[in-house]
Amino acid sequence: MTPFDPFIEFGFLRRALLGCVALSLSAPPLGVFLVLRRMSLAGDALSHGMLPGVALGFVVFGLWLPGLALGGMLAGLLIALGAGALARGTGGREDASLAALYLTALAAGVAIISWRGSAVELTQILFGSVLGVDDPALLLMAGCASLTLAFLAFAWRPLILECFDPAFARAVGVRGSAWHLSLLGLVVLNLVAAVQAVGSLMAVGLMMLPAIASRHWSRSVGGMVAVACGIALSASLLGLGASFHLDVPSGPSILLSAAAIWAISVVAGPVDGLLARHWPRRHLSG
Amino acid sequence: MSLAVRNLTVSHDRRPAVHHLSFTLRRGGLMAVVGPNGAGKSSLLRAIAGLHSPAEGEIVAEGRVALLPQQAGLDRSFPLSCREAVMLGLWAECGGFGRIAEDGRVLRALEAVGLSGFAGRPVGSLSTGQFQRLLFARLLLQDAPVILLDEPFNALDARTAADLLALVRRWNGEGRTILAVLHDLDLVRDEFPETLLLAREAVAVGPTEEALSPANRLRARRMAEGWDPHAEPCARAA
Repeated sequence: MTPFDPFIEFGFLRRALLGCVALSLSAPPLGVFLVLRRMSLAGDALSHGMLPGVALGFVVFGLWLPGLALGGMLAGLLIALGAGALARGTGGREDASLAALYLTALAAGVAIISWRGSAVELTQILFGSVLGVDDPALLLMAGCASLTLAFLAFAWRPLILECFDPAFARAVGVRGSAWHLSLLGLVVLNLVAAVQAVGSLMAVGLMMLPAIASRHWSRSVGGMVAVACGIALSASLLGLGASFHLDVPSGPSILLSAAAIWAISVVAGPVDGLLARHWPRRHLSG
Repeated sequence: MSLAVRNLTVSHDRRPAVHHLSFTLRRGGLMAVVGPNGAGKSSLLRAIAGLHSPAEGEIVAEGRVALLPQQAGLDRSFPLSCREAVMLGLWAECGGFGRIAEDGRVLRALEAVGLSGFAGRPVGSLSTGQFQRLLFARLLLQDAPVILLDEPFNALDARTAADLLALVRRWNGEGRTILAVLHDLDLVRDEFPETLLLAREAVAVGPTEEALSPANRLRARRMAEGWDPHAEPCARAA
């Protein structure tokens, strides 16, 4: 029996894999843009911030996906918009407002789930379960991936320009805040879509770890996106397999696989990898 | 008239960076903006480029305005090649979604600023001077009739500064209107026929020698250093 035989044998694993494939094509490109905007922790904050929405959705609808997704989406958007509005309204920094809001939201979310749910349900929401990937969840992931890819095809150039030179972008009429909010909205949507497969605490991992690792393999935005998707796909396959064989939740399993690839990238990646930077080699002649 | 600024006030949190400023610049004019640090020079350029909304007054520019920003505002580690960075200068032509028909213009722009062979290099590998040349190449592709330069020759070696100054002369020879923030007064006297001496308000505007008289420069220093923590609302405000 090969490690991948369970994917042939069990339908729920194939469904989970298909969902993760969809997420692997949509979340990492968003992660790359977050990294390039120096907002690597924003995804983390938003994933924590949407927890009370998911929790309230759970209280009202149980483990019914549309209810969880709607709650998570609303809470995530509220945190994203609220952090910006608070920063502008009080003259403070957006990252500080975001930190204050997401910590409050995280505590409220865990309190609500603990209050009304069982430990099993808490674990499932926080860390994901491959068994939770039913047809509606799969459709949500596929729809989210389609929307994200369409958005990226449309917004590719404005997003790059806005990251590289925001003043120039504004001078030539690119509405930076509109693209910024659209990007954050899609980040929230991807996090919500990932809750079933990898859990709300881990959803951001499939977005950020491949994106962060990708910079060690490419010096172009397109290259980084391609590599990040490849890493996420590999991590999904390895992680789901390990989750089945080792009987651990799918979220941590997929993320640990992505983290292993990130660690390899940091050490052996050709762009600023530790070996490439510190291995003594003769310098070039010109 | 190519550029007219009338009673312009640009403020940050109600404090004026530029206060009731008026001047005009004819088509093909070449004007330096000079003043101490904090005099509002960059704020003025950013307002003309549309990056700051005026608190009061108006700015009228004939045709497109292109701004050369200070390098500090750019992410120089961004994973773009020189070719891609320069190509952003075609934004007005093809926008975010249009097809880019650059017809070799990017390579010619790189060549014009002395960066032949740099097309594929990542921008993160460029020196300060090379990066400034790259921004000039992008400006070249913008092909704007009004060009704003914010400290274009700062921290450059003599050769790079001379090359880029030649480019500014060429643009001006083509009839473009140029407004440049500068600190090197010798350069201003040698190359710029008109000067705006700014210290949040216009201290002097006109022929360079007159504008830069010792009395005006002393007045500019005193005005820029003034800061009243208990300032009343401006009596001239609309």
